[in-house]
Amino acid sequence: MKVISGKPESLTDKKYHYCPGCMHGVIHRLVAEVIDELGLREETVGVASVGCSVLSHNYFNLDMQEAAHGRAPAVATGIKRVLPDRTVFTYQGDGDLASIGSAEILHAAARGENITVIFVNNSCYGMTGGQMAPTTLPGQLTSTTPLGRDVKKEGYPLRMSEVLATMDATAYIARTSTHNAKHVMKTKKAILNAFKAQQQGQGFSMVEVLSTCPTNWKMKPVEALQWVENNMMKYFPLQEFKKVSGGDQ
Amino acid sequence: MSKVVVSFRKENCKGCGLCINACPKGLLDFSESTNNAGYPTVYLKEEESCTGCALCAVMCPDVAITVEKEVSA
Amino acid sequence: MKVLMKGNEVIGEAAIKAGCRYFFGYPITPQSELPEFLAKKMPEVGGVFLQAESEVAAINMVYGAAGTGARVMTSSSSPGISLKQEGISYLTAAELPCVIVNVMRGGPGLGGIQPSQSDYFQATRGGGHGDYQNIVLAPSSVQELADFTMKAFDLADYYHMPVMVLGDGAMGQMMEAVEFKEENLCSSLPEKTWATTGCSGRERNIINTLYLNPDLLEEHNKHLQQKYEQIKNNESRAETYLTQDAEIIITAFGTTARIASSAVDSARAMGIKAGMVRPMTLWPFPSSAIRETLTHCRSILDVEMNAGQMLDDVRLAVEGKAPVYFYGRTGGIVPKASEILEEIKKIGGISYESHLRQA
Repeated sequence: MKVISGKPESLTDKKYHYCPGCMHGVIHRLVAEVIDELGLREETVGVASVGCSVLSHNYFNLDMQEAAHGRAPAVATGIKRVLPDRTVFTYQGDGDLASIGSAEILHAAARGENITVIFVNNSCYGMTGGQMAPTTLPGQLTSTTPLGRDVKKEGYPLRMSEVLATMDATAYIARTSTHNAKHVMKTKKAILNAFKAQQQGQGFSMVEVLSTCPTNWKMKPVEALQWVENNMMKYFPLQEFKKVSGGDQ
Repeated sequence: MSKVVVSFRKENCKGCGLCINACPKGLLDFSESTNNAGYPTVYLKEEESCTGCALCAVMCPDVAITVEKEVSA
Repeated sequence: MKVLMKGNEVIGEAAIKAGCRYFFGYPITPQSELPEFLAKKMPEVGGVFLQAESEVAAINMVYGAAGTGARVMTSSSSPGISLKQEGISYLTAAELPCVIVNVMRGGPGLGGIQPSQSDYFQATRGGGHGDYQNIVLAPSSVQELADFTMKAFDLADYYHMPVMVLGDGAMGQMMEAVEFKEENLCSSLPEKTWATTGCSGRERNIINTLYLNPDLLEEHNKHLQQKYEQIKNNESRAETYLTQDAEIIITAFGTTARIASSAVDSARAMGIKAGMVRPMTLWPFPSSAIRETLTHCRSILDVEMNAGQMLDDVRLAVEGKAPVYFYGRTGGIVPKASEILEEIKKIGGISYESHLRQA
């Protein structure tokens, strides 16, 4: 029998703490599958962030460091500068990456740090109870925008992929989604491209993955996926924004 | 048609239903039983109709589904 | 062989001599010569110098690099050290070795760029959130900048923790002859089997500071406190100067101690039995070195370039057994030996003055 889909070696046996239907679990699996397929498990150091994925070091079956809120790209920089031949990735949410860690992500990208960033965008702060994030959509209800995000008061969401794609030193920037199986598989391909860019020393790579927060969005898991497709994707278009040539085509 | 085995790690399942939604043939459904955490679990209604496309496993957020397919020698 | 070097550059050279090959920093006066020196030197020795986007980023780069087991250093001055406190708390919690240099300037706020010792509390009380302390070394000469910086790497590796070298603007800018004594480096430190370098051929390693289970977090805190007790027993250091028969003891560290020792000499010349205890480690604080003088010492004068911070530790050490006086200058003003002498005379009181007149 051939396993078509199962638990990759780069995931531990530990049961996820994530809420039912949260797509963190899928994105973890995709990262682990890519690391397995590239044969990198034993030469990878991952960096967990703060947010729901703060415990992701329990799930990735490889060397991990847990970083302070938003600082994962700086921590990853420290690791990669000492161990340039190892694969280094960060796994960050939208509050972590686009708000408190905006300086660290911008400058890691500007320096072209040869690391891979997995950026999970679910348009809210999940762990702390669904507060407004820098990626919260205009009008979106959150626990700190109880009447909906008012762009006059709270401004507009940050499109991080578009911002980072303008930088000279970024090698691979893509935004994908997890709202259905086809897009989950596209997400895996993007994550593969990002890790390959790092393997080939091309510089900074990031995949922004649109994800869900059924609990804080107060939706059933299937409805949450539909909300990603019908609302998030309008504001955050799916695209491969940047792919430096010279790599594996 | 080659043989397909779909197995569920029942205790990992949180009953989110994304696999049921993902199956193109509508072959999955909630079972009568719950796991130790109290979540309803999922079962494959008609094993013989399953093509082993594994879309259920692709969408499962809890890595609770393993799909295996017999390979002809 | 002795060479003439500037304090800030000596710290950089000492770090390289101690095997440090990674430096992450951010410019700030009065320590910028240190990153500038390492920007030149690190590439020559196959190391990495990286100017980070902020002090916050720099200390988190230190976290990442320290987590791989490398010897790593960062440096800053007071306002920048405040920004690094987040990372220092995490480094401490994760038990990652690193060396942090603070070339102090006057505060609070932006303060000024002149020398000061007003970060004593911040340095010796942990500084960031949580129950912790880190080893703080207080050099008072350029030679000690070299010795203590090298020693700091050994201590950091031995105890798995950040170690701070606490200097000040005057020392950073000062030029003196210095010798780098590599033979003093520890040769038998345990292998860093906890480092995250890729889990090839072993179980995976995790560097983490989150303990959601309060029992586990308490265990972790107990472990840290046990380590601190061990450090208190083993690592507190002080230098004593003319204390054997001293009736007035001056306590001072760093640059202030250099000046205070001249005041002690002047006092002795006038017949006043003055002496000095100079803490070389600020945490752990060398309380016993001060207590030992209490058999003959009548009063203590604490002198600092701040509004009275080490003063608290001196009082705790003395336990009310002798009066503790204080003289300090703030704002970046360095106290003069003559000012300290006046204070000594005041404490000596009329009896001293009359004694001198009679003589």
